[in-house]
Amino acid sequence: MVSHRLLAAPIDLHRPAHYVHWGIVQISVPNLIVVGLLVLVLVLAVLLPFPRGGGR
Amino acid sequence: MTSSESAPVTGPAGPARSWTAYLRSRAVAALPPEKLLPDRQPAYVASWVYVFGVLTIAAFLLALASGTVIALEGPQWYHGSSIGLFFNSLHLWSVELFFFFMVIHLWATFFMAAWRGRRGLTWVLGALSFLASVGTAFTGYLVQSNFDSQWIATQAKDGLNSVGIGAWFNVLDMGQMLLFHVLLLPVALAALIAGHLILVRRRGVVPPFPAAGASVPDPGVVAPAERRSGGASS
Repeated sequence: MVSHRLLAAPIDLHRPAHYVHWGIVQISVPNLIVVGLLVLVLVLAVLLPFPRGGGR
Repeated sequence: MTSSESAPVTGPAGPARSWTAYLRSRAVAALPPEKLLPDRQPAYVASWVYVFGVLTIAAFLLALASGTVIALEGPQWYHGSSIGLFFNSLHLWSVELFFFFMVIHLWATFFMAAWRGRRGLTWVLGALSFLASVGTAFTGYLVQSNFDSQWIATQAKDGLNSVGIGAWFNVLDMGQMLLFHVLLLPVALAALIAGHLILVRRRGVVPPFPAAGASVPDPGVVAPAERRSGGASS
């Protein structure tokens, strides 16, 4: 039972998602989180130094 | 060995006369082996932002492999057994990662204006790959063989009927959607990705915009003098 609780999703996925409204924009919170992650990863990819290989 | 056995099977050396020799000479001239499988890249490629194209391909291959496994075993297995559920989830999450990496690749190449240096067709094939991916993922949701897929199909049919294509792309037809998902769209997507990759190899990876006053040599742009002398193919 404890392992099931540990493996379970931290939020209840069986209920409808919350939505945010911003003017004509309407987006669910899960999708907004994914878009935020996309932007974050792109910014990190641009800013973080790339490990240099030998002789390239 | 007789002289007839050792004789060359092709014609005499000179201009290619057969269509196979013509095709081979054109293919090698357009994409020589050192460009097809290079072992060095320009210095500007050493950046994380250039990694997302190959990550997209890796996720695509994982989706193909996991999809092959669940196609072999069938819905009773991938809905009802632990290992089947694992492969079902592997297929789902490889597709999630495929789209995640592809969107970052799209944004990065957009902000670099990656169509520069005669790379317009590369950009178009990438955009078509994105559209084919959307169709492949959509038909995948339709063939899950559960209530979720039925719900998606009954919702989607109204949208598709409203634009007039429901008669020949019928989302309620499980057989048609299954064939679209496991054959037609993956083959089209693989062909588009292959064409995209070949063009990336042919033109080279697009360089970043140079800093003010600086210049970055573009491997995809051939100098006019070099082009006249036939030093590089266009």
